[in-house]
Amino acid sequence: MTTNKFYNAIFAAGITFILACLMIGVKLDTEGTTLTVSGATTEQWMWIVGGIAAVFLSQLFSSQIDSLFGKMPKPKLGALLPEEKKMATLKPWLLAALITVMLIWPFMVSRGSVDLATLTLIYIMLGLGLNIVVGLAGLLDLGFVAFYAVGAYTYALLSEYFGMSFWACLPISAGLAALFGFLLGFPVLRLRGDYLAIVTLGFGEIIRILLNNWTAVTGGPNGISGIAKPTLFGLEFTRRAKEEGAETFHQYFDLSYSSSYKVIFLYLIAVLLVIFVVYLINRLMRMPIGRAWEALREDEIACRSLGLNRTAIKLSAFTIGASTAGFAGAFFAARQGFISPESFIFIESAIILAIVVLGGMGSQVGVILAAIVMTILPELAREFSEYRMLLFGLLMVLMMRWRPEGLVPMKRPHLELKQQ
Amino acid sequence: MSEFSLYLLQQLINGLTIGSTYALIAIGYTMVYGIIGMINFAHGEIYMIGSYVTFIVIAGLVSMGVVSLPIILVIALIVAMFIASTYGWTVERVAYRPLRGSNRLIPLISAIGMSIFLQNYVVLSQGSRDVALPPQITGGWAFGDPSSFEVTLSYMQLMIFAMTFITMAILTLFISRSRMGRACRACAEDLGMTNLLGINTNKIIALTFVIGAALAAIAGLLLGLYYGVVNPFVGFIAGLKAFTAAVLGGIGSIPGAVLGGLVLGVTEAMTAAFFPSEYKDVVAFSLLVTILLFRPSGLLGKPEIEKV
Repeated sequence: MTTNKFYNAIFAAGITFILACLMIGVKLDTEGTTLTVSGATTEQWMWIVGGIAAVFLSQLFSSQIDSLFGKMPKPKLGALLPEEKKMATLKPWLLAALITVMLIWPFMVSRGSVDLATLTLIYIMLGLGLNIVVGLAGLLDLGFVAFYAVGAYTYALLSEYFGMSFWACLPISAGLAALFGFLLGFPVLRLRGDYLAIVTLGFGEIIRILLNNWTAVTGGPNGISGIAKPTLFGLEFTRRAKEEGAETFHQYFDLSYSSSYKVIFLYLIAVLLVIFVVYLINRLMRMPIGRAWEALREDEIACRSLGLNRTAIKLSAFTIGASTAGFAGAFFAARQGFISPESFIFIESAIILAIVVLGGMGSQVGVILAAIVMTILPELAREFSEYRMLLFGLLMVLMMRWRPEGLVPMKRPHLELKQQ
Repeated sequence: MSEFSLYLLQQLINGLTIGSTYALIAIGYTMVYGIIGMINFAHGEIYMIGSYVTFIVIAGLVSMGVVSLPIILVIALIVAMFIASTYGWTVERVAYRPLRGSNRLIPLISAIGMSIFLQNYVVLSQGSRDVALPPQITGGWAFGDPSSFEVTLSYMQLMIFAMTFITMAILTLFISRSRMGRACRACAEDLGMTNLLGINTNKIIALTFVIGAALAAIAGLLLGLYYGVVNPFVGFIAGLKAFTAAVLGGIGSIPGAVLGGLVLGVTEAMTAAFFPSEYKDVVAFSLLVTILLFRPSGLLGKPEIEKV
């Protein structure tokens, strides 16, 4: 057994050597018109040797490592919470405290961190939307960013051509994204899940190509700039009002002008939107439709024999997920003031998917935590930014292997009978 | 012949050229799907790696002073197939095998992770810019009237046709005649039963990944030489196209993948003849949705029956 293991480890190390040598070990360069190859630097060779050693050792001791992972206590977040009964009374207070902190917090910290928090909230919204599709309904959507783009461009175009306000456009954006989801989902959702993955992947790419090439309307690669910011009941957050006679926020409340009001206002809108989305999804999960999503994910044939309409249920999940992305997109456009097809590439879809997978498919708390981690970590480790996508990919593979249920596994909403 | 029909003939030749390379990549998808019923999401990246290895080998041999083009190409082909197969095997080993038997979504996500990983691995090691190779095979035949429109069939295109044809012939022989090919067909029929009959199904699954990767490497070599450029992102769109081809022909069926690839290539070339060429990706995708809408089992596929 041990010798067998040893040969296995040598084999794995050899494979790693082959894989590493031809990509890291040599580098292609163009010199004038000719192509040249150059060997790697000593440092890179050290990395290769290190990698081979790591693979060799991990293969040699694979059973020990696996048992170590098995023994390692999984973080039991449930144990941190008080008992079920106490929880019921505590929960509203905890939620109220959390919301208060979220509302007060931006007034005490710097502009930059409020801005980052707003970005995190956008990703939370996107993560929650994709969580319905992937986590609850079990449909793999790889083009989620397309609906995000639809939402963003809907607001940008309506505001540019028709001067419509943010608040009027928000439901329109969500509705239009939902319509796109419906049209795309209709032919595909009758089929097996894998087709959906590839069709959505293609759809994401197509939306980007269309936005890039339909220059007359979308401005092509230059994007749309100068998108109007949201207003508070018609009060703008600029230094001077756009129209003669109108008042701005600081004039109305007799404050001195500060640009941080705008940032905080955007943050507060994002908080409201996230609370709205969380509440909505929470309700949906408890409704028959939410239960049908999960049931369908678990066993399709059983559901169909119980009389559930497979296409309608999947389509509802897909459409609601898409509308959430449209929501987030409209807000994103309003926050940035500038959008271009560059913001809606496949990598964004992959990041959102990574958020859902890392957080735990179906778990709202998990997705929110993962979105916070995934947006704040890259900010903290800027020098590793080139390795970000590489690590995301690796993380997805490793998570699926060792903890497919995510950081915070999903807890089904349930009721228990009282003990007599 | 009129100028217009000559132009269409030229587009047809171009379309068949691209289409036959799509077919090579699509076979990888279709074989894996036929056996384990899953899409190999990292397949497009394998094709891209095949292109890179080809470029590395050609540049290396040229700098070593090898002048004979056939020798260079044969060595490049062998090395590219070998390296790509190793990658294919590793993808199966890392992203699919440990997850066999779990929920369908889980291997799919891990394969996407693998695809993102491989793409960025190449970005980090080779840079994200285009790498260009000067044309190796030049010249060709020209038909038609030189004063109005000339149809050319370049030697490169001829080589693509010939290579695709030879590869298909070898693959067909392998699948229909050899012992391992028979095991492959048995696995596609019923994986569990094949396992009970004493065939090492894990080996057969790994074999399909390896064969698919080797074919993708051939496509990588051919398209790399044809276009003369490669960058780490070519695998994404090529994978999407090849998958479309596989679905078009009926996923799980090898002749279907070939037919689908050719149909897709010609459709794209014809679209490029009448519309701006950026829209040819849009057409490929619309074709996929239309096929799924009206004939989900594809041109040559059998309707799928769900088993409990």
